[in-house]
Amino acid sequence: MTEPLREKPLTGHFRPDGQPVALAAYREAGGYRALAKALGQEPQEITKTVIDSHLRGRGGAGFPTGTKWKFMPMGPEARRPKYLTCNADEMEPGTFKDRLLMEGSPHLLLEGMIIAGHALQADHAYIFLRWAYRRAAAILEKAIREAYDSGLLGKNILGSGTSLDLHLHISAGRYMCGEEKTMFTALEGRRPLPRTAPPHVTTSGLWGKPTVNNNVETLCNVPAVVGLGAERYRQLSHTGDGGTKIYGVSGKVNRPGGWELPMGTTMRELLEEHAGGMQKGLACRGAIPGGASTEIVLEKDFDARMDFNELQKVGSRLGTGTMIVIDDRTCPVGLLLNLMLFFARESCGWCTPCREGLPWIARLLQAIEEGRGEPGDLEILEEHVHLLGPGHTFCMLAPGAMEPLGSGLKHFREDFERHIREKKCPWGG
Amino acid sequence: MTEMGHGRLTEEERREIAAEIAGSEYPRAAASDALKIVQRHRGWVGGEIVEVAAMLGMAPAELESVATWYSLIFREPVGRHVILICDSVSCWITGYRALLDHLTGRLGIGLGGTTADARFTLLPVACLGACEQAPAMMVDEDLHGDLTPEKIDAILEQYP
Repeated sequence: MTEPLREKPLTGHFRPDGQPVALAAYREAGGYRALAKALGQEPQEITKTVIDSHLRGRGGAGFPTGTKWKFMPMGPEARRPKYLTCNADEMEPGTFKDRLLMEGSPHLLLEGMIIAGHALQADHAYIFLRWAYRRAAAILEKAIREAYDSGLLGKNILGSGTSLDLHLHISAGRYMCGEEKTMFTALEGRRPLPRTAPPHVTTSGLWGKPTVNNNVETLCNVPAVVGLGAERYRQLSHTGDGGTKIYGVSGKVNRPGGWELPMGTTMRELLEEHAGGMQKGLACRGAIPGGASTEIVLEKDFDARMDFNELQKVGSRLGTGTMIVIDDRTCPVGLLLNLMLFFARESCGWCTPCREGLPWIARLLQAIEEGRGEPGDLEILEEHVHLLGPGHTFCMLAPGAMEPLGSGLKHFREDFERHIREKKCPWGG
Repeated sequence: MTEMGHGRLTEEERREIAAEIAGSEYPRAAASDALKIVQRHRGWVGGEIVEVAAMLGMAPAELESVATWYSLIFREPVGRHVILICDSVSCWITGYRALLDHLTGRLGIGLGGTTADARFTLLPVACLGACEQAPAMMVDEDLHGDLTPEKIDAILEQYP
């Protein structure tokens, strides 16, 4: 593996004081040059560059971005209006990377969206932002006004003939809204229950029209892809997945935070070099590598590279790339109970396995944590990992919840058994 | 359909909702924003939801189904200030329980409760996306991170 280029196309121009980069400063740092380049290209040419860059969706699923764009019906025959939506709901527990990007450089996101809008020949774009991001909302509102005033949004962008209207929608709190089709339902002013697929959203998305939905970080990569070109962009990475990644670390570490690093940085480098290691007196047992709905990775496997393929070799996946560190004074049963209570509370209740299964699992974990567990409980929990798994539910909420549960039962089996045997939580939880 | 409450929209609320509808692609797309306008004026959304539904061209029951979906649209009165304490995983690991004990002890209410003087309502909230500052909470629209019980005492003083 060759050493990646050490460049930070997403955050290199960020201000050290944490204030957002304003339009003038963004331009001085080279901002909106990729847009000017893109506006001189045919939409299909941009999509090809994105495909060649190996950019994969940063929202968690890792779908190749350019391939997704290629599904969009193009040309005069396509049904209109066409939509680009930006998922800025970021409610996956442990995840805060999109917030860092929006607060640090709102125009980076806008430039990515305008380029994507041109490549997709979209008429309208929406940013779906979670309510809790009050600071990001104020920063984006200002940036959107600046962009309209400067001819970067609206009709005939920079005299190119391309037009795009951008709307900022602020949600009112609900994890489910981060699921693509549920988000469309929310934007349409309906109770945001998940929808069936097919049809694919590029056939019938927002308001039943062709739609492409991308995550904030994905769109923030688009100016770098276009600006650097596919080959140079790929060289930013340690591995075959192109670009850099905004990684994050939370938990009882010395310097929790988020950093832009080459894609494929190892979990150990993140913990030891960037997060400053564990707090004094604590040992690391493992981590949830990519937000609450990814499988737990044990500390012995921390040399795994965090990208879409490599983490699968240690039984997990990249997800959002923001790892939650599990220390030795945190009870694994209590931790999983906390996660399952989150998923149970956020379940929309639409389908039975999720509505009935998650509270049932939480009750069992509560009993084990309080010393009321019985032999056989762990087998019942394992059965639920299957019953709530892929293919049995309407959307991915419950299967996502089963990823930490299934891996936790496997990795921390002895801790579960101790709770049942000793009829109490060994951590005093 | 007015038996659910007697709230009537004020002229100002009607004006703001109408502007929100005018800026939307379709009237009903303004549903959650319209509810938030009412909540900004009154603290919560009561029987006036019937009038809001009429403005959006929706059946009242349909708008109810939207309103009850969102955890941050309040359907009963809340205190002057709403404390949203994050109970998700990173905050849970870094001290949520001690903070919750401190808050409930100091305010004399549990989760979901409102103090007798109607100053504070205490609610749990899903991950605030501030995990590098865990444990965290919001009071009204302000985020507060790296919390300790002592810091919480000082923060509460800012909200009379």
